[in-house]
Amino acid sequence: MEKMALLGDEAVALGAVHGGVSVAYGYPGTPSTEIIEYIQRFHQQRPLAVWCTNEKTAYEEALGASYVGRRALVTMKHVGLNVAADPFINSALLNIRGGLVVVVADDPGMHSSQNEQDSRFYADFAKILCLEPSNQQEAYDMTRDAFDLSERFQIPVMVRITTRLAHSRSGVNPSPPKAENPLLSQVDPSGWALLPAFARKQYAQLLSKQKGLQTFTEQSPYNRLSFPGKGDPSSIPFGVITAGIGKNYYLENLDSLGKELPHLHIGAYPLPVEKIRKLAASVNRILVIEEGMPFIETCLRGVLPHGIQISGKLDQTLPLAGELEPDLVRKALGLQPREGVPLDSSFPLPPRPPQLCQGCPHGDTYASIKNILKELPEAVITSDIGCYALGAVPPLAIPETIVCMGASVSMAVGAAEAGKKHTVAVIGDSTFLHSGITPLIDAVARNVPITVVILDNGTVAMTGGQETILPTGNLPALVRGLGVDPAHVITIEAHRRYEKENAEILRKEIQYPGVSVVIAVRECLETARKKKSQKEIVE
Amino acid sequence: MKYDILLCGVGGQGVLSIAAVIAQAAVMEGLQVKQSEVHGMAQRGGAVQAHLRISSTSIHSDLIPKGAASLILSMEPLESLRYLPYLSKDGVLLSAREPVLNIPHYPDLDSVLTVIQQYPRHLIIPALEIARKIGSPRSSNMVLVGAASKFLPLSPETLKKVIEGLFHQKGDGVVQSNLSAFEAGRRES
Repeated sequence: MEKMALLGDEAVALGAVHGGVSVAYGYPGTPSTEIIEYIQRFHQQRPLAVWCTNEKTAYEEALGASYVGRRALVTMKHVGLNVAADPFINSALLNIRGGLVVVVADDPGMHSSQNEQDSRFYADFAKILCLEPSNQQEAYDMTRDAFDLSERFQIPVMVRITTRLAHSRSGVNPSPPKAENPLLSQVDPSGWALLPAFARKQYAQLLSKQKGLQTFTEQSPYNRLSFPGKGDPSSIPFGVITAGIGKNYYLENLDSLGKELPHLHIGAYPLPVEKIRKLAASVNRILVIEEGMPFIETCLRGVLPHGIQISGKLDQTLPLAGELEPDLVRKALGLQPREGVPLDSSFPLPPRPPQLCQGCPHGDTYASIKNILKELPEAVITSDIGCYALGAVPPLAIPETIVCMGASVSMAVGAAEAGKKHTVAVIGDSTFLHSGITPLIDAVARNVPITVVILDNGTVAMTGGQETILPTGNLPALVRGLGVDPAHVITIEAHRRYEKENAEILRKEIQYPGVSVVIAVRECLETARKKKSQKEIVE
Repeated sequence: MKYDILLCGVGGQGVLSIAAVIAQAAVMEGLQVKQSEVHGMAQRGGAVQAHLRISSTSIHSDLIPKGAASLILSMEPLESLRYLPYLSKDGVLLSAREPVLNIPHYPDLDSVLTVIQQYPRHLIIPALEIARKIGSPRSSNMVLVGAASKFLPLSPETLKKVIEGLFHQKGDGVVQSNLSAFEAGRRES
C-alpha cells in the first residue's frame, strides 16, 4: 500500500480501521478529535464511527460491542478519561472478548485543556497494557497491535498519545487491512457480571494476568535497549531512558552530542524492569526523558536511597510542567544552546490570546448578561468548558469559574444553597448534554434558585464544529421534561439586535426564586461558514 | 538537505493551508516531512504556529529546535517577531506587511516593520494588497507561498501542481486565482 502523510490522530484511526475495528466511539476533545473525524470522512461504510453524549457512554458502548465479539475503539482527551474512569477501571476485570482499545490523547502544556494529567497513571492503576507511540508510523502499528493484544490478554489496551504527535503529520506505511471479527451468535456471559463474589474472582484473575503482561513488555520490540559500540566505558557520561516522543528530542540532539549513549526506549507498559536494571548496571546516572508527568522517573526513584543518580523532572533537569521541547532536552543532555540570529529583546511583544470570533452569538449573550451584572454585583456566574470560556478574560470578564464539563450547573446549585441569591450557570449545548443535565435534576428536585443559560449554537464549536448529539431546538422539551416549570423555560435569539430585550428576560429569570432555564439560540458562525463552503463545493 | 520552516500568523488566516501546500509538495518530491500544527482553542483568533520540517534524511523531532529554522514565513508582521528565537543565523525572515489588529495594544506598525528590516535576510510582502489587486483577497496566503518559493528547496512547478489539486474541488476560477496569487508573490520576491 502507498505511503500516506497522516496526523498522529489519523494514523491511529487508520491503524484501527486496518486492525479490523467494527465500531469507534468518542467525545470530541482536543487533541483527540481527529481520530473519529478521519474514520467518518474516509471510511463512510465501515466501521461505524460516531460521537457520543460523553466519554462514559462512549466507553460503555465500546464495551457492549466487545462483549458480542467485535473489535471496538474508544477515543477521548485526557480529562475525558476522568469521565469514563468508572467503566474504564471496571472493564479491566472483565473477560474482554472483541479487542477493546482506548486511545487517550494527553495535552501537556495545556494548549487546549484545564490540566496536564498523564494517562499512563490510569493504565497503571487499572493494571492494563499501555502502548505509547513515538511517531506516526508507531501510532498506526501500535493501534493495530493493541487489538490483538487486547484479545490475547483479554483486557482493554490503552494507546497513549500527546498533543505534538496527535497534531503532527508525517509519512506512514500502511499494512494490508484485516477483516472484522464475526458477531458472536451465542455470547458467553461468564466474567461480565461484577457482583462482589464474581468481581473478587475477576480481580484475582486480573492480578494473575500481570506476569504475562510483564513478560510481554520485557520482550516487546517496543521497548528497545541499545548500547553504543565498543569504546572506553569511562567516557560514557550517563544512560538515557526515553518514552514516547521524548525519544525524538533525544535523537534530534545526537549530532551535537557526538556519540550515542546507553539508551532504553520505552513504548510499552507495565515497565520492562529487567531492561531498566540492565541499563542501570552499566551507568552511574540515568536521565529520564518522558512527555507528561514523571511516571517512569517516580517508579525508578522509589523512596529508599540507591547507588545510581536519577535525573529528570523531579530534580528539575527537565521542567515538571509543560511539554517537552528539543531545546529543553538539549539542555538536559548538557549541551549549549544553538546559535541563532541575534535577538533584540527590548521590543515589546504583546500576547495574542485566543478570543471569541467577531459577531459570535456567545458574545451577544454575554453583552446582555453584562447589562444585568451592573445592577447585581453580588451575583455568582459559573461557566463551563467550550468557546464561551473565552468570555472569562477581558474585555468581557463575565464567568468566574471554569472547572470541568457540567460543573457550571452543579456549582451554581452549591453556591445558591450556600445562600447566594443570584447564581447563573453559563453552559454550551453540547456540554449541557454531556453532563449538565444531572445537576439540573438536583436543582429541580430541591427547587434551588438558579438560572441556567444554555448557549445553543448547534455545534461542538471549540473542537472544530462536530454535530451536537441532539439537533438544535430539542433543548426546551428536554428541560421541561426534567421538571423545570415551563413558564421559566425561555428561548431567546442570541443576537446583538435583541440585546436589551434579552437582558430584560435574563433579569427577570435571575431574580425568580426557583429554577429557570434560558436557552440562547443562534448557529456558530464558523459552522455556518463551513456549511456554506461545503454547499458551494457540492453545487 | 534539511530545511525547517516556522509558519505563523493569527488563527483564521490560513496558516495551515500554507503548511499543507508546502508539505504536500515536499512529499511529491520524495522528501521526508514532519508538520506540527495547532488545533483547538488556540485557533480562535490567537497566535498560531506550525512547524514544517523537510529533509532528505529521517527527521526525529516534530518541533523545530531554536536557532535551526531556515525560514520564518509569517502572515502577520508582529507574529513574525514572536518566533525569532527559532531562526538560524543565515535564516530568512519573510512576512506579510498587513497587520491583524485584534488586540488592544498593537505596537506602532512602522516600528514592527523596522525590527523586521534589521535582519539581513528579510522580506516584507504586501500580500493582502497584491491579492486584492488580482481580485482575490482570500488568496493572500498563496501570495506568500509564491514569495517563499524562491527560497524553498522545491520546484515551483510542484508547488503549483499542489495548489491546483488543493482547490480543484472549488472550481477552475478558484484554482486560477490561487495560481495567479502564487505567481504574483513569486514576482515580488
